[in-house]
This record gives sequence, structure tokens and C-alpha cells, in this order.
Amino acid sequence: MAVTETTEGVLGAPALRREGRAKVTGTARYATEHTPPACAYGWPVAATVAHGRVTGIEDGEALAIPGALAVLTHENAPRLVEPDDPTLFLLQNDRVPHRGWYVALAVAETLEAAREMARTVRVGYDEEPHDVLVAADHPDLYHPEWANGGYPGDQHSGDFESAYAAAPHQLDATYGITPLHNHPMEPHASTALWEAGHLIAYDSSQGASTVCQVLAAMFDIEEKQVTVVAEHVGGGFGSKGTPRPPVVLAAMGAQHTGRPVKLALPRREMPAVVGHRAPTVQRLRLGARDDGTLTALQHDVATHTSTIKEFVEQAAVPSRVMYGADGIRTGHRVVRLDVPTPSWMRAPGEAPGMYALECAMDELSFSLGLDPVELRLRNIPETEPESGKPFSSHHLADCLREGARRFGWERRDPRPAARREGDLLLGTGVAASTYPVIVAPSTASVQSMGDGTYHVRVNATDIGTGARTVLAQVAAQELGVALDAVRIDVGSSDLPQAPLAGGSSGTASWGWAVHKACRELRESDGSIVTVDTTSDVEAQEDYARHAFGAIFAEVSADTVTGEVRVRRMLGVFAAGRILNARTARSQFIGGMTMGLGMALTEHSSLDARLGGFVQKDLASYHVPANADVPDIDAHWIEEHDPHLNPVGGKGIGEIGIVGSPAAIANAVHHATGRRLRDLPLTPDRVGVLG
Amino acid sequence: MRPFTFERAASPEQAVSAFAAQPRARYLAGGTNLVDLMKLGVETPEHLIDVSRLPLNEVATTQEGGLRIGANVRNSDLAAHPAVCRTYPALSQALLAGASGQLRNLATTGGNLLQRTRCPYFQDTSAPCNKREPGTGCSAREGANRDMAVLGYSEHCVATHPSDMAVAMAAYDAEVEVLGPEGARTVPAAEFHRLPGDTPEQDTVLRPGELISHVTLGPPPEGARAAYRKARDRASYAFALASAAAVLAVDEGGTVRHAALAFGGLAHRPWRARRAEEALIGARADAQSVGRAVDAELAAARPLSENAFKVPLARSLAVTLFTRLAENPTSPAGT
Repeated sequence: MAVTETTEGVLGAPALRREGRAKVTGTARYATEHTPPACAYGWPVAATVAHGRVTGIEDGEALAIPGALAVLTHENAPRLVEPDDPTLFLLQNDRVPHRGWYVALAVAETLEAAREMARTVRVGYDEEPHDVLVAADHPDLYHPEWANGGYPGDQHSGDFESAYAAAPHQLDATYGITPLHNHPMEPHASTALWEAGHLIAYDSSQGASTVCQVLAAMFDIEEKQVTVVAEHVGGGFGSKGTPRPPVVLAAMGAQHTGRPVKLALPRREMPAVVGHRAPTVQRLRLGARDDGTLTALQHDVATHTSTIKEFVEQAAVPSRVMYGADGIRTGHRVVRLDVPTPSWMRAPGEAPGMYALECAMDELSFSLGLDPVELRLRNIPETEPESGKPFSSHHLADCLREGARRFGWERRDPRPAARREGDLLLGTGVAASTYPVIVAPSTASVQSMGDGTYHVRVNATDIGTGARTVLAQVAAQELGVALDAVRIDVGSSDLPQAPLAGGSSGTASWGWAVHKACRELRESDGSIVTVDTTSDVEAQEDYARHAFGAIFAEVSADTVTGEVRVRRMLGVFAAGRILNARTARSQFIGGMTMGLGMALTEHSSLDARLGGFVQKDLASYHVPANADVPDIDAHWIEEHDPHLNPVGGKGIGEIGIVGSPAAIANAVHHATGRRLRDLPLTPDRVGVLG
Repeated sequence: MRPFTFERAASPEQAVSAFAAQPRARYLAGGTNLVDLMKLGVETPEHLIDVSRLPLNEVATTQEGGLRIGANVRNSDLAAHPAVCRTYPALSQALLAGASGQLRNLATTGGNLLQRTRCPYFQDTSAPCNKREPGTGCSAREGANRDMAVLGYSEHCVATHPSDMAVAMAAYDAEVEVLGPEGARTVPAAEFHRLPGDTPEQDTVLRPGELISHVTLGPPPEGARAAYRKARDRASYAFALASAAAVLAVDEGGTVRHAALAFGGLAHRPWRARRAEEALIGARADAQSVGRAVDAELAAARPLSENAFKVPLARSLAVTLFTRLAENPTSPAGT
């Protein structure tokens, strides 16, 4: 194991979240907890047809409600410069691309009045036919040039068909995942006000710098005329990675009424306007030799996007990374439907793609009579399969072995449906996990205050991850001072510009800039340094950089009801240097919990006739409850990777979700003997087993 | 939310007369469902009559040896009540299987009975729904109907009643005491909710302005044991895909003397399985005869496109409950 260094001192320590006290005592202000004087309230009006045009809007009744201020529609709303992201081009035309699209905004003195106004606005539509259901044989599927993340849509190496045809062992299986929703605890929300031509927005976002840039462009003002504050954010899971309708609507409403406007999305409207994980139908074909080594690997993904924006869930991409084979073919097909626009949800691509690939590997191991850990160990590639690049570091084997040891894997009876405890069938499963190392240029500044303390400024976003704490640790370590000698400000576009909290890249990107600033300050005579890591990031050597992990799960399946519950889950990760043991653990087990939800409970569907999502609240969209997560643990291998950023972390926000659904699904097969390939594994799918 | 007026009732009788003066009134108790529906625009009362502080919060022993439960007894309190745990374990189990701890602390006995369906289309004011807006059509019948009814539905409505508590009460032959403009009357719990027919907007047999005052449980049959079991998507805070409450008494030779079975999650009301019960009386409560009895009941099921799983699930729940109850007839009253 390439453990060459243990973190000592302040970096790596389990430092407490700096804002923890403020959060638990209720003094941390979230986006709509800022109430400027004369603040008004906005409530959006959502389209009730799936496709068509607005023919008329009657707002007389709404405007007669006491406290009514305005109803903004495409006929009277401020004109916007068209943004790159069509989901933000709101109230600019009469087009309705999907059910739930915003067609008006009510603004009133109170929240209640705004809501009642929105309910009484009468919207006429010219309805057109719609289609919202993707299938692997949908006639309008096409091969996109690019999938999300900048990956080529289709890619191949070697000759898959020949390799597959010649393989002594073949597997051909199709896996399905329903649409999924991010549903952060804090809804997308914004408070916006204009002060002498300057737009101030308190926004629930994963990246205030981007929101600032996009607002400036859309409202045709200078970026320095916009301040976006995202000091505390109650989760995002990717859905707040891009600017979202509330900040645009609040800014328009404020501009139109001359009043500050506060707008929090109703929970029920979130599924339609803040993205979702697109459903996927994934076909895996594996060819293997008798010893389990793969010779052929095909991963075909069919998915949907909206009619206004092409977003392709890059689910086949992990099959370009994980295992070598003589012939590899990976590709995506997408169909433009009258659906809400999909977007990032924790580990886009890897989470659904690794579900399919790692279940297929489990199926292959079963048909070969080979232990699934051993099958994976035999297929770890020397170099990144599709690119041929060397890995900067690769410790999947260590994760699998360490996880197997901690989990007690060697005691496993491989026969399915062999363990029974009363009504319960018990089983265990394993899956590998991976996530790419992403890093983006960032700026940051650090100032010596002359009294032994330092002030770090960077527009990082702490979406609950502990980012501000970890960045302070990075600074303290580099400056050689105690953690409490570092003050840090994050979460405002007035701070030095920084990339978003997304792609598990935040800490690496911001940390690199903070590290550089502190080092330069230490080596300089001055008292303040501002740095930009653009050239450093561009100068990185050409390595394949990925974090890896292994997830183990034990489940029970109730033979009376078909209810599957997780008994215990273990993740072991190799993700570079771990910068804060406490917050890292939260990230890992949080991701694993979300993977548990994806495997067992979370499910959304589109209504073919009405055209919208059916599950619109937390009573019907089932995220795991505490009772679903009894015993979950995460460990990590101290991984020294010299080819990363100077802070040494690979990113940990997403790898926990990857692999977890497959580990659980594989455990369900082991428990029951039933191979169920469509998630989630709810009782209607599992069925009575008695 | 539409503006509404609000008053706090001083007595049950005063609440009833206040309602009579305000036809678009609603009684407010725990508010865990009504307030949500008001925010959604599904319920638009013009007047709220707060009955939550009426002195209907006692659980009293009746002369017959049963229990009389005040309509304002909170679900948490009822579930934990020693007499309920001891004598009506299926009721306690059903209550604890419902909602979340926070909701159970607020929700009342009367309110629990009167909660509305969680059909997603009922809660979405932009979707057609005969229950919410008669005559607009049923979106669920050919829509997302996994959670919908398999028994007793009509072309107008396929919604299910969401209560766990009511299922146990139906199996225990509870009676609902109501007070109305025309006085007090009593309705069997198993007949309190109705099937949708062509008036799905009416969940219950309550007449306008009637207020639930108590739920009364008779003494359970001698030697009876009972249990409730619920199948759901997650381990807590999820409505039943299907559930069952079973009460069973067998004689010394193992022959069934008393059998009561009610299903949740299958119909517009707790589904009292009379046909299965009749078939069980005098039989042995083994897997085979219970299975036959339940099959006779479920023969009437007409699954929709996504919910055929409910039939074998309900069967499995009932067979498991009865056979377990029969296995050890002398142990304490519950499982």
C-alpha cells in the first residue's frame, strides 16, 4: 500500500465546523433569512401544460388581493439578455417547454398574499402534443457529440464485437434507473435588491461567482455592479451548481417593483425547475476469459433531455476508466422530450453508470463462480483503459482488500438465498467506486493582520461540507499558525473569484489557491497577497486522476413483504490526502446514504398524460429516513499522490454515492437469489419472497 | 392561502352550532393534514373552528370493559397508553407505524380518521381529480397508480385511505361517536369511511357539520390476540403499500372462534375482510386455510397497471399475521 505519509498537525485534524454553532443555534443566515427594509415576496406561477404556448394571462383577480404589488409575465417583465442556460430565460416569451415551467411571477407584501395571487392568476394555453417517456427503443434517440462533463458521447477502443463474440463467457444485461431528485433541505431561494443600479442577491447557490457573472450578463450590467452572497447553503447536491430561477425571478421582481424581493421555491415545484438526474436505460455486455479477465466491454446508455437544453447524463463514462478489455465500446443516446431539463445530481454519470457496470461485474462473477472481490482485482488496469494514460495513483485494490478485511468478507457463503433469520433473507454485496479528480482555476487572497492572525478571502461556497473549516486548515498549515489564528471569509462574489462547489473539486481548487497565497505571503515581505492558479492548473502533467473506493453492504429482505433494508454498509476510499477527518467522514457516509436511497427508496416518475413529475414532496419522494440507515461506516487509505494539487486531496463529495447502489443491489441478489436490475428495489419490485 | 376566519370552540356543542352557521367551515384539530392542504390550495375553508382544546383528551375504561378514546387524544399518547398496549396491541402498533414522531405528537384520534388521501393528483391542484374537484376526472387511474386501490374503487376514483390507525380500529370493531346538528350518533369504524362510487369527494359517512367526539373500543373477544403489520418503501415515515390488522381467538383445539381482518392501502377505506373472516371461523388458522380464506377475499381485487403486487403482498401479510397469532395462542395479546 502506498502509504507514505500520515497527515499531522492542523491539516487532517478533525476540526469542528466553524459555523456549526451558528447553524445549530439558528443564527446562520440562509438566503431568505435576509430581510431588507420594505422587502416584498415572490411566488412563481408554473405552467400546467407540458408543451405549448401561453395565449393569455388574466391577473385582475390576483392584483385585487390585498397586498398585491405586481404580476410579471412575458409581456411586462424586464427584458433579459439571453443566457447560455435556457432554463434561466424566464418570462421572455410565450413558450412552454415542459409542465412546471414558470410563466409568471406574483409579487406581494406578504408571502401568503403572493401565494394566493399565484393561485388566482389565470393562464390560457395553446396546448401542443407532448412526449415525456424515454425508452431504449425510442425512435428519436440520437447519439450526442458530447455528454455532460465534456466527455465524447461515443468512444471505443479495440474491436468490441469480435472480442465479445470470441469470449467464452458473456453477459448481456440491461439496467434501469428512474428519474431522481436532489431535494436539498433548503430549497432554492433568493433575496434580491437593487441599490442605485447595483444588484445584491442573497442566493442559495453552490457557486456565487458564476451567479454573479450570469446575472450581470442577463441584466446587461457590469459584474462589479452585482454582489451575490451565498454564505450559508443548506445543501445542493449539484442542483445549485448553476444559477437557478429564483435568483433571476427575484432580481426581475425587484427591478420591476422597486422593492427587495424574496423568493423561496415551493418544495413541490423543485422537481420541475432545478434539474434532476435523468432516467437511464443501460445495456452492459461483458465478455470474459475463464479466469475472469475481461476481453470485451460495452456500455450503452439511453437517456432523456429537455427540448431546450441538451444535458446528457454521462453514465457510460466510468466504463472508460474502471477495467481494461481488448474491445471497449461506450456510448450515449439521448432523446429530446417535453420534460424538465435534467442536470447535475451528486456524481452525475458515475452514480448511475457504476450501478450498471458494478452489477454486471457481480453477475459475471456469479456466472464464473469467482468471488466478486477477486474478479475486480483481476481486472484492475495498468493504465487508464480508453486513454492509455498512466494513473496518478490507483489504490482500488487496497480499498477492496481493506474493505473485505474490515467487513468480514472472507466468511461469506457465496451461495445466494442461503442465509435466513426468521422471515429475513440476508445477503452481502460489494461494488467498486470511482470519481474523477477535477480541479479548476481559482483566486484567493491572504492578509497578515500584523498581530499574528491572518485573513483569508476566497469565494468558496460551504454547502454544508465544511469547506470554510478545511480551507482555514489549509491556510493554518501553510502559514504555520494555529487554526484560530486564521479568519476566513467565503460565500460572496465580492471576494476573490472562485469556482463552484461541485464535481468534488471545490477543496482542491480553492485549497490550491489558498495554499499558494499563503506560501507566497510567507515568502514575501508584504502583508497581503492575491493569487490566481490558472497557470498552475494548466501546467498539470498529463495523468489520469481518479479517486477509488470499495463499498460493502449487508441487507435483509423480508420474505413476507419484499421490504429490503440495509443492515450495515462500509466504504473504504482512496481519495488522496484527507484534510479533515470529521467533515470527510460526513461526506463519505452522506454520499453512501444517498446511494442507499438510490438503491432502495428514491423514485420519481413522469406522468405520460399530464407530462410532469408525479412525486413532488418529501412524503412521496422517499429519501432515506434515519431508521433506514442503521450502521454505516467509512474508512480511507492515506494516499500520497504527488501528481495532484499541492493540498493533496482528490475530492470526496461524490465518491460515496458511487458504488453504493450496486453494492446494495448485489447484496439483494445474494440474499434472495433474484437479480433485479431496475431501481429502486421497493417491495413492488422485490415481491413476496416467502 | 385564502383568508379565513378562526374561532376556538368552547364546547363540542358550541363547535357544532358554529359549524352550522358557516357552511364552508372546517374543524381544526392537530392540523397536520388540513393545514398542509390549505397551503396547497386543496382545502379552502372560509372558517376554521379550533376543536383542539376541547376536553376530549381522555382515554377512559367503559363499563363493558372497553375503552372510550377522546377525539383529541394525540396519536403518540394513544399508542403509548398502557391499556391500549395491553389490550389492543394492534392499535398501538398501527399508530406507531404511521407518520413520524413529530406528526404523531400533534395528530389526534379524530383527525387521523379524517385525514385525506395522499394520492399525488389529489394534492396537485393543476391535475384533474374527482375527489378534489368533482367532474374533472381521475388522473390516477391511468397515471402513477402503484399506490392506488385494488379493491372497491370506481372509475371516478382509485385513491386509498392513508390511515394506519383506522385499519386497526376497523379490525377491533371500534365505534365512532359523532355529534351533529341533529344530535349524537354512533358509526362502526369499519363503515365510517366509504367507497368512492360516483361521489369520491365524500371520504366518510359524516353528515355536514358532524364532529367526532370519541372512538369506543369494546372489550376484545376472550383469548384474542392481535397484530398489525405494514409494508412500506422505507423504514419510517411512509404510507402503507399494504397493511393488515388481524384479531384472532382460537379454542383449545386450535379452531378459530373469532377472526377479524382489515387491510390498509388497498381501498378507499380500511378494508374489512368479512368474506375471509367467515371462511376462517371454525377452521384451523394454518397457512393453507388462512390462504384460502384470504384468496376468497382478494378474488374481488382488480389491480391497476402498476399495483398488481398489492394482492400477493396483502395475502402474505394476512397469512403471516394469522398463522403467527395462532402458533402461540396463550402468549400475551400481541406479537
